[in-house]
Amino acid sequence: MPSRRSKAAAMAQDLAKVSLQRDDGHLVVGLAGTWQISAHLPGTTAVEAALDGPPAPEGIQFDSAAIEGWDSSVLTFLMSVEDAAEDRSIPVDRAGLPDGVRRLVELARAVPERGARTEEPKGSPLARVGRFGMKVYDGVLEELEFVGEATRALGTFLRGNARYRKSDLRLLIQQAGADALGIASLVSLLFGLILAFVGAVQLQQFGAAIYVADLVGVGMVRDMAAFMTAIVVAGRSGAAYAAQIGTMKVTEEIDALRTTGISPMEFLVVPRIVALVLMMPLLTVYADLMGIFGGYLVGTGLLDISPRAYMEQTINAVNMTHFFPGVIKGTVYGLLVALAGCKQGMAAGNSASAVGDAATRAVVNGVVAIIVACGVAQVVSWVFGI
Amino acid sequence: MIETTAASAPPTDQISVRDLTMAYGDFVVMRDVSFDVSPGEVFVIMGGSGCGKSTLMRHLLGMIEPQAGEIFYGGESFTGASLEVRESFLRRFGVLFQGGALWSSMTLTENIALPLEEYTGLNAAEIRDVASLKLSLVGLRGFEDYYPSEISGGMRKRAGLARAMALDPEILFVDEPSAGLDPISSHLLDDLILELKESLGTTFVVVTHELASIFAIATKSIFLDTNTRTATAIGPPAELRDHSQDPAVRAFLRRGEQENE
Repeated sequence: MPSRRSKAAAMAQDLAKVSLQRDDGHLVVGLAGTWQISAHLPGTTAVEAALDGPPAPEGIQFDSAAIEGWDSSVLTFLMSVEDAAEDRSIPVDRAGLPDGVRRLVELARAVPERGARTEEPKGSPLARVGRFGMKVYDGVLEELEFVGEATRALGTFLRGNARYRKSDLRLLIQQAGADALGIASLVSLLFGLILAFVGAVQLQQFGAAIYVADLVGVGMVRDMAAFMTAIVVAGRSGAAYAAQIGTMKVTEEIDALRTTGISPMEFLVVPRIVALVLMMPLLTVYADLMGIFGGYLVGTGLLDISPRAYMEQTINAVNMTHFFPGVIKGTVYGLLVALAGCKQGMAAGNSASAVGDAATRAVVNGVVAIIVACGVAQVVSWVFGI
Repeated sequence: MIETTAASAPPTDQISVRDLTMAYGDFVVMRDVSFDVSPGEVFVIMGGSGCGKSTLMRHLLGMIEPQAGEIFYGGESFTGASLEVRESFLRRFGVLFQGGALWSSMTLTENIALPLEEYTGLNAAEIRDVASLKLSLVGLRGFEDYYPSEISGGMRKRAGLARAMALDPEILFVDEPSAGLDPISSHLLDDLILELKESLGTTFVVVTHELASIFAIATKSIFLDTNTRTATAIGPPAELRDHSQDPAVRAFLRRGEQENE
């Protein structure tokens, strides 16, 4: 037989063909042409129809005299044929196959099929709802357990007994704070601009363009500066925390900490929470100023408000009952983002793709937590008239 | 042959495991594993891929709770002990993880210094000296201030060994010492283990399926069999290869080659 590789390359046009013949009660499957995995392959429906009869054949034989070249595609076909024959308890005689094909089929059949993953039974819709409920319940318990452990570790930290590296904490503070200034400036400046534009369109109709200063000042200081900063931090630090801790899990660094007798909660999670909780209020105050500056640019540049009037209007509008809730919200958001990031990192699986999933979940959970907290804060401040 | 006499006697050896059953949920990995390890031994946990070798090591380290059975160190129960007692046990152990598991944000010196800072009263200068000494013992003199990402896989493993030895542990656990190493680096690591055992009298528990390593270092070994889900042989590997009753054990130790007797 000529070398099948060169043959297969040379004769791509000569496609694989299957012919069926009856010989003395046996079904003879004739294989012809060039079998290439990249080309169209004959299906087994015709063979199966012949197996079903009538009359059902006593056995299957093969005739491969006309085969010109083959690769694993012929094996795929043969395995399907053999499976179909096995289902119908029809014996298969492999004698007519080329030597190489026969050896490979025997190799593939040498180990009995095993360990096929048993799929969870689907069950009734009610059962599925129940299972989903249980999963949510387990998830909530896991979340609470993490928050509990983090709280205990934070307590240890506040008493000064936590085991962590001060240089790590310093670096984390720098990364969460100073390194975030650029992106925080951009986002809050633009958000101030946007607020001013949106407000100006409406307020100009009443000849009250000067109140753009109130809108931007109060809006940024009370809510939006903290909110936008937190979203940025969730994307930066939250994802980074999940990825850092998740990677340490994959490389067994967390296990190494545990066997050294160091709590990963104290060593990894607490410094990250502390860094964000310390930096978020500062970033919020900074974002307040940048946002007001954005509004100022629009007010003085496009709405013909004098700089002095804009500043005075802002100073009169914004007071401490706007400022402190904003800063407190920022701090809470920071805590939420840090918890979400660290939780996903600690819960990450043991593979590279699991780290990516953890980072994604950290950002999503962080952002959702921020929005929920923001909503709750609005309701609370409404009810208490703050 | 399975040692059955040990099961009834009170455990006094350095490591004693009694009827340990390991499981993830409902899935039983191994059942009724019992063995003893004496001081200064190199005890090798061997078996095919996925048979539960690393799982057994994690049980020994208390990272997974056994479903049944008990683990003793020096006759004291580890399984039922409180968190504080367990930590005092862990202080006497060192662990070399598969990839070294060096903390990537720290230099080699800082990696070794961390356990020292945690458990000793040494000052910064002394800790640095000890760390340098440990690094030079594993042939990494001059790499004190390198980060783990800056050195090769074999060096990371040796640095991991230096960290595991930081507190002069009584028992050193080693997970897959030859994984990812070329034959020569792997051989050097084996020699290092033997040298440490001879000179410091450290007991080793080594997880591996590398035959060359097993015959080179093991004084005693246990074979975990995937099919029966239990330990089918305990003893020195050369003896098991020639005289084990279990064909699966002989086949494993001969790389599946025919016995030419």
